[in-house]
Amino acid sequence: MFFTFLHLIILIKRDIIMIENFLMIYQALPYLLKGSLITIGLVGGALFLGFIVGVPMAVGQVYANKFIANSISFYVWFFRGLPVLVLLFLFYFGLFSLLGLNLPAFTAAILVLGLRSAAYQSQIFRGSIQSLGEGQMLAARSLGMSKFQAIWNIILPQALRISIPGWSNEYSIILKDSAVTYAIGVMEILTRGNFIATRTYKPMPVFLTCALIFLILTYGGVKVLDLLEKKLRIPGYVFGRREI
Amino acid sequence: MQRDKDIVLEVEDIHKKYREEKILKGVSFKVKKGETKVIIGPSGTGKSTLLRCINQLTIPDRGRVWLEGEEVTHTKKSINQFRQKIGMVFQDFNLFDHLTALGNVEIGLIKVKGMDKNKARQKAMEELRQVGLENQAYLYPAQLSGGQKQRVSIARALAMDPKVILFDEPTSALDPELIGEVLEAIKNLAIQGMTMVLVTHEMGFARSVANEIIFIENGKILESGSPYKLFNNPKYERTRRFLKKITELYGESSEKR
Ligand SMILES: Nc1ncnc2c1ncn2[C@@H]1O[C@H](COP(=O)(O)OP(=O)(O)O)[C@@H](O)[C@H]1O
Ligand SMILES: [Mg+2]
Repeated sequence: MFFTFLHLIILIKRDIIMIENFLMIYQALPYLLKGSLITIGLVGGALFLGFIVGVPMAVGQVYANKFIANSISFYVWFFRGLPVLVLLFLFYFGLFSLLGLNLPAFTAAILVLGLRSAAYQSQIFRGSIQSLGEGQMLAARSLGMSKFQAIWNIILPQALRISIPGWSNEYSIILKDSAVTYAIGVMEILTRGNFIATRTYKPMPVFLTCALIFLILTYGGVKVLDLLEKKLRIPGYVFGRREI
Repeated sequence: MQRDKDIVLEVEDIHKKYREEKILKGVSFKVKKGETKVIIGPSGTGKSTLLRCINQLTIPDRGRVWLEGEEVTHTKKSINQFRQKIGMVFQDFNLFDHLTALGNVEIGLIKVKGMDKNKARQKAMEELRQVGLENQAYLYPAQLSGGQKQRVSIARALAMDPKVILFDEPTSALDPELIGEVLEAIKNLAIQGMTMVLVTHEMGFARSVANEIIFIENGKILESGSPYKLFNNPKYERTRRFLKKITELYGESSEKR
């Protein structure tokens, strides 16, 4: 009898903890969701920067002269060769300060993640361009298109389509990498989660919630890119390949 | 430089080597307006290289090219100006895979010639009709048969109103039953007076359409002349043997058709 009573109390206490946790998360959720907006901004900004820098880099690596191609290879080597945290510190506490730039952590994070993503994205695009075969370029030039026109009108529309799956992968990687900007105080999901966890002494439910938000964001973004890929698929091709 | 106003294309002493291997060792010929020149020769002898040297997709080491009396090589003008006027049809079509048949034909008009989009569309449709593909205008290359693809690529070249069209083995990548429709389209162009240079192994076609056949071997023109002369009375035993072999290999499909 006594034993069952204790048992009941433990059960009730558990329920109370559960309810407490839910309440806490419920209260913290707006604060965390604001963080996910910042994460989305960060990831969006970095992907965009990576795209507009990465595409010309890919084109340069394939079509430009040796000097330019080699410089781009060096850039890629540098940004792919360092841990993202090292890059973040190097730029935020080092280079940006040296240059006298007093950038907010958010902006600095976009720059670093974006410039780093450019290195990765350029290799996605380069692979796609090189998979096209030289016939596309030859045919375009034989019509009298300039090299630029051929790249713009013929090469890139095809290469970018092929790149979407790789790009979707890059999105999910950057999304997760964005959490390290916690280290320079960007108010993204994890930074906020950490605040709450230290204040409430309840790390588990808080970080579980953070994890859930990351999973949802990954799922949503990848889904959107899947749809985009389907929408842009060239009729007659299956998975980017000719049907038989 | 140009003496004969009838001459559309003149190729003089073209040399090209890759690494240390000499591929072309001085090739010269002239193509008159409305003429169909057929180039034949063993595989790897430099026929594709020669065609690409004409529109400078490959830069020759030596030699000159004129189009209607204007020098294409060593020119101050942009090479793109000349390429517009030199159509090219490739062995493996090289259609732009992300564009419909119509898109393939009109893109040069819009982007290179700066033609108004509606006008370009009309003209592109006209060219597709010319090769019998007006009903396939909105299909993508992956949805077309090989023969249809090659006809689209002919329409694409035609749309630019070229002075001459270069064909590099236009039927070599096709299934036998599709060769006829492409040769038919080319034949129609010949009849309409288009100036053409054709690399092909289709001897029946060469016999019936060519004004002159040029036999290239080891980077040089070994012999050239009318189809009748080359088939019946060639100067060299080598020419006779090559023609015999190639006719056995490829048949005379266009005459049988
Ligand atoms: N871009 C290139 N680089 C090096 N060698 C080449 C290149 N293009 C062609 N060749 C070589 O030149 C020779 C002639 O090729 P090609 O003109 O394609 O011959 P054909 O069209 O008569 O079969 C071949 O031996 C080929 O390997
Ligand atoms: Mg060839």
